[in-house]
Amino acid sequence: MHRLVVWLLLAFLLLPASPTRADSLDDAYEELSASALAISAANFDSVRQGVEHLAESGDSRAAVVILALRNGLLYANDDHKLFIQQPDGSYVDARTGAKAADVTDDDVKAVRVNNAIRSAVDAALGGLQLFAPDAATRLQAASAVFAAHDPAALPALAKSLDNEKDPEVKRRMQQARAAALLSAPDASEADKLAAVATLQARGDQDARGLLAAVAGQPGKVGAAAAAAVVAIDRILQIWSLAQSVYYGISLGSVLLLAAAGLAITFGVMGVINMAHGEMVMIGAYVTFVVQQLTHAYLPSLYGASLLLAVPTAFLVSGAVGVAIERTLIRFLYGRPLETLLATWGLSLILQQLVRSLFGANNKDVDTPGWMSAAFQLGGLTLTWNRLYIIVFAFLVVAALMAVLRYTSLGLRMRAVTQNRRMAAAMGIRTPWVDALTFGLGSGIAGIAGVALSQIDNVSPNLGQGYIIDSFMVVVFGGVGNLWGTTLGALTLGIVNKFLEPIAGAVLGKIIVLVLLILFVQRNPRGMFPLKGRAVEA
Amino acid sequence: MKLDRTSCVALVAVIGSAVVLALLNQLTAPGSAVHVPTYVVALAGKYLCFAMLAVSVDLVWGFAGILSLGHAAFFALGGYAMGMYLMRQIGTRGVYGNATLPDFMVFLGWKQLPWYWHGFEWFGFAMLMAVLVPALLALVFGWLAFRSRVTGVYLSIITQALTYALLLAFFRNDMGFGGNNGLTDFKDIVGFNVQADSTRSALLVISALLLGGQLWLARCVVDSRFGKILIAVRDAESRTRFLGYRPESYKLVVWVLSAAMAGVGGALYVPQVGIINPSEFAPGNSIEAVIWVAVGGRGTLVGAILGAILVNFGKTWFTGALPEMWLYALGAMFVFVTLFLPRGVVGLFRGRQQKEPEIEAPAVAAAHEVTG
Repeated sequence: MHRLVVWLLLAFLLLPASPTRADSLDDAYEELSASALAISAANFDSVRQGVEHLAESGDSRAAVVILALRNGLLYANDDHKLFIQQPDGSYVDARTGAKAADVTDDDVKAVRVNNAIRSAVDAALGGLQLFAPDAATRLQAASAVFAAHDPAALPALAKSLDNEKDPEVKRRMQQARAAALLSAPDASEADKLAAVATLQARGDQDARGLLAAVAGQPGKVGAAAAAAVVAIDRILQIWSLAQSVYYGISLGSVLLLAAAGLAITFGVMGVINMAHGEMVMIGAYVTFVVQQLTHAYLPSLYGASLLLAVPTAFLVSGAVGVAIERTLIRFLYGRPLETLLATWGLSLILQQLVRSLFGANNKDVDTPGWMSAAFQLGGLTLTWNRLYIIVFAFLVVAALMAVLRYTSLGLRMRAVTQNRRMAAAMGIRTPWVDALTFGLGSGIAGIAGVALSQIDNVSPNLGQGYIIDSFMVVVFGGVGNLWGTTLGALTLGIVNKFLEPIAGAVLGKIIVLVLLILFVQRNPRGMFPLKGRAVEA
Repeated sequence: MKLDRTSCVALVAVIGSAVVLALLNQLTAPGSAVHVPTYVVALAGKYLCFAMLAVSVDLVWGFAGILSLGHAAFFALGGYAMGMYLMRQIGTRGVYGNATLPDFMVFLGWKQLPWYWHGFEWFGFAMLMAVLVPALLALVFGWLAFRSRVTGVYLSIITQALTYALLLAFFRNDMGFGGNNGLTDFKDIVGFNVQADSTRSALLVISALLLGGQLWLARCVVDSRFGKILIAVRDAESRTRFLGYRPESYKLVVWVLSAAMAGVGGALYVPQVGIINPSEFAPGNSIEAVIWVAVGGRGTLVGAILGAILVNFGKTWFTGALPEMWLYALGAMFVFVTLFLPRGVVGLFRGRQQKEPEIEAPAVAAAHEVTG
């Protein structure tokens, strides 16, 4: 009698739903309420079935009800009606979500759960997300089901697959279904073979793991899985190769950023600036200061503080560079070894200065939201900050080339470096050009510091770690040649990353250094040497 | 060969003061006014070892124009050879009491001594290695570098890469040199306790004698016919080549000699400071050695000794009194010396007595460029 009333009531409330669905829903709620009234093994079974039915139903309230059940907030009254206790102690109708003002604690009993039910609840919750209106949630749920590959999720998957419109989500669901099918003992051989094919198409480490577990089995499925594992291994190998190349380009772009400024001061001007690393360090500290200032005074621009830091770092490091050139380096032109020593001394002073001002500890520079997180591209995992740095490095080099090639300053720079006396005779103020060139190189180093603040510790020693590598890049690429610098940086980065898995990080680096030393012996002027009389000077 | 007056004075001063310090340490009571504490003796010994490194740097930089930014690598290799001998002398007195394996190898679970550790239980063999290993590395490196005419700053940068690579290598535990911690906890050297006052004093005198020997050897080399050609190579390498000499051979000989001298310095350094670890390979150390030479006066040999002692004394004083200021002082010294004291402290005194020809290799090259 009660049941009939409930049924009628619900049929009325859920008019759009099909009668069969309402029917199974009713069963589900009925089964759930059973354990509240009498405790027996059979009742627990009924609750578990209820959870499963509810999960399969795809009803919009199902998730709420099951969650309440898990949290012990689901209650039933003598009429087999279900209520959910709210945080404030009041009750709402489980089925409709409407307030049930007349229900009190005395009227209802909690629906009890045991461990079997809890695991059913967890599986059901995963499955339920498959019906969420939001595609991203469904995608997540499909991945979760894939990871669990529990055959119990099969009915829910079948149902959600029928309704799924989003092709990406659908693909994921099919994969999840394939994973569950492989683990299901009673699935037909044809189904399992199809599942193997689906997983092979997915082709990642997880799919390989699932297939490898099946590969040992006798029969057609085992053989197909074994073949699929081999195929996936081949693809994974190609992807890992691609990943190494990407990491190499990423490392190369960092080297490129650090070396681009050096390519100007060392490559173009012939000045050995051992304080170049400290220009990078200053850029990183400028980033820190700019971020602190925007945080304090312009919170709305906090996300863009990195963008603000780029020109600021360029100006600050550039100004320091001009100051160094005017007070120190201009007295030492033509004496490269002395320049090397003096700038080394300067680097010690700058490091200590920053240490005195900011303290010896690492400073935290935040990564803005648009630079954090990672995404998948095929079998590659790409992090946004690395990707931005790669793009940024190439933009910086392109801008530098444009300045040298197309601006009046660039023209003067090239004139002065090619023939100082002749340029002076043509009316170029060579001391002025020297200072600006050095400032440009230092400014670029400062910009590199902004990028490095995102991936390295901002400490007074930041620059020291890059100085030897940067010199290697410039020497390797050929002095006075930005293309050479670019190619040199990328080559070194990629070679380094390919050696790492074979030889380990430290040994890989040693091998690269030894190779470089040997390379410089063979080609003392780098990959792209300058030709002509200037060489022997 | 007869020594010039300055070198004689320096020789007598170095050996004399070392002997006096050692005697004062040994013969006077700890409470007496003229007593020299042992730590001063050890410190003086350390300075003299650094002076050996400085002389070796001056030999190649001042007389062959090779600015090595990796000379501390040879110094450290010599030090490791001595360190390995001292490790083997510990015997069963280590923490794990293993008769053959040093503590760190037991700790890493190694079962037997690596092949390259064999022979280091003999003092003579270890000392031979302290000279031979740096010399051999210098031979290979120099042969490759000079033959392909890598000069000037390129050479400086790859020497720096060399010491950096060695730094990374010695940090690795698998290398079998104690990794990060290096070699330490030494007990005996040829039967004497390393920690004892008398051993320290003896080591100081031995360091002074060896330094004097190195100074004499270097002086002989640069005053000989060979040395004259070396100076010619420094000032105008191409011209020397056109006159029929092989600059690369001359450079290689002096380069290997210099590396061996640095190795000796390193070998004496280790028992006096009681530890050798990979940080001795740090590129900064090599550059610091160059500034000792620059402060004292490049191309004077005596100046190198003076510079090494002065700068290191300054370092000891500053790091004790004003630790914050040491890097400022060191940095300022680099800048000041290169800008205002191109011929160092020795040049200050010598400048009045005689006019030396300017050491300006790049200026000569620039003259070539202008004339054609």
